[in-house]
Amino acid sequence: MSPILESAAGFKFDNVKRNQLLSEKGNAAPRATKTGTTIVGLIFKDGIILGADTRATSGPIVADKNCEKIHYLAPNMYCCGAGTAADTEFTTSMASSQLALHSLNTGREARVATAMTMLKQYLFRYQGHIGAYLVLGGYDVTGPHLYTIHAHGSTDKLPFVTMGSGSLAAMSVFESRWRAGLSREEGIELVKDAIEAGIFNDLGSGSNVDVCVITRNNVEYLRNYVMPNERVEKEQSYKFAPGTTEFIVPKPPATLSGEEEGTAMDVSA
Amino acid sequence: MSSLLSHEIGYSAPIEVHNHGFSPYVNNEGTSLGICGEDFVLVASDTRQSNGGYSINARRSPKAFELSNRTVIATTGCAADAKQLVEDMEQRAQYYVHKHGREMSTPAMAQVLSQLLYTRRFFPYYVFPIFAGLDAKGKGAVYNYDAIGNIECVSHYAYGSAAALLQPFLDNQINKAHQRGADTTAKPSRAQAVKLAIDAFTSATERDIYTGDWLEIFIVDSEGVHKLTRELKHD
Repeated sequence: MSPILESAAGFKFDNVKRNQLLSEKGNAAPRATKTGTTIVGLIFKDGIILGADTRATSGPIVADKNCEKIHYLAPNMYCCGAGTAADTEFTTSMASSQLALHSLNTGREARVATAMTMLKQYLFRYQGHIGAYLVLGGYDVTGPHLYTIHAHGSTDKLPFVTMGSGSLAAMSVFESRWRAGLSREEGIELVKDAIEAGIFNDLGSGSNVDVCVITRNNVEYLRNYVMPNERVEKEQSYKFAPGTTEFIVPKPPATLSGEEEGTAMDVSA
Repeated sequence: MSSLLSHEIGYSAPIEVHNHGFSPYVNNEGTSLGICGEDFVLVASDTRQSNGGYSINARRSPKAFELSNRTVIATTGCAADAKQLVEDMEQRAQYYVHKHGREMSTPAMAQVLSQLLYTRRFFPYYVFPIFAGLDAKGKGAVYNYDAIGNIECVSHYAYGSAAALLQPFLDNQINKAHQRGADTTAKPSRAQAVKLAIDAFTSATERDIYTGDWLEIFIVDSEGVHKLTRELKHD
């Protein structure tokens, strides 16, 4: 057997053929939770502002109405994730632990470019099979930095970025209103409006707006900064009277209790 | 060489194989339901129109319609086909009035709808209708159909993108499914039916990305057709 096939590193592709056969016969592979998403970032006067919606979907169904898409990377760095939920979660947590070790080794705060390079090299290695689409923002010794990282490993460094299924809606807001030197309040308002454009116009995005403001030596994580989609009160209560649901009281097997086999249905209450 | 050859045998235009894949159907998603009461019926639909992707075509594109002063119809499936089907129905109802000098009965219209659908057996209208009205005795009747005319008279029904969410809810609340000791024969009151319809749609809006924007409820009773509109979430 060749060394490559024996290698324990990376993904195992042993089951690819089996899974293809199964899906042809009607047994499709399990569906991953996607964060059909709107995520954004921009540079303002004093640093970076990141934003995200909070809907996670599984096909046409909303899997999580209030999930967190702005992930912690390092004390001076946060990362928004779009794409396959598990991939964004594991990729950013892996990068986070690597960055912590890197800081300990060097005795310095990690740079944003370092995190970006780690993430892109990791994603490129998996040729897009890790479906993580990221917006990386942070403030280091060289100043504020904002990147997008695609699942195949390409990166961009821009003053304002959007990603996910709601990226077009969000970018329309940024393209019309972003300018250099925005104040903190103006920046937050613009990020909020961009995310809301995604929430209301993209079916993959919804619920609330999360915001994260990163400046020199400070981070403000504004979880659920606005909640424009609270559920209305229901018309009536759906509490059931006790005993509505039938249930069976398990009895010890007849061989132990010496009784006849079979269990009686509980009809009390 | 080849040009010489083609001169000798005569030129023939190359046969283009078009593989453009014209698709005559689109599922415009959204949800509809019908509830049958003793002396009333109710149908309800959301008004969001999309195409199975992540975009919204229209926030206010009604799927439920008043057919006569004692019948209503709620649809799901292809909005264009639904529009044509409803126009067909209206035409058939008008024709009947001119021919017989009175309105068609509700069961007769239910049958006409089934026949209209079966007319298109091999190029069907991609529509899943819920038809409801009062019969000659003033009793409620709700019918559901598949796209080619299979008809069923039911106590309640849900069709569309959130049907799998709403049907078990209605089974439990209207037919009292899985409720021990509950009265399974009682039909819902009018107020109860409206509450169930509203709660069904606000809940479906929470979990189904294709349901939302606005809710339209049609209630038919002895006085005629009443329409209620409610705002749903827009995300």
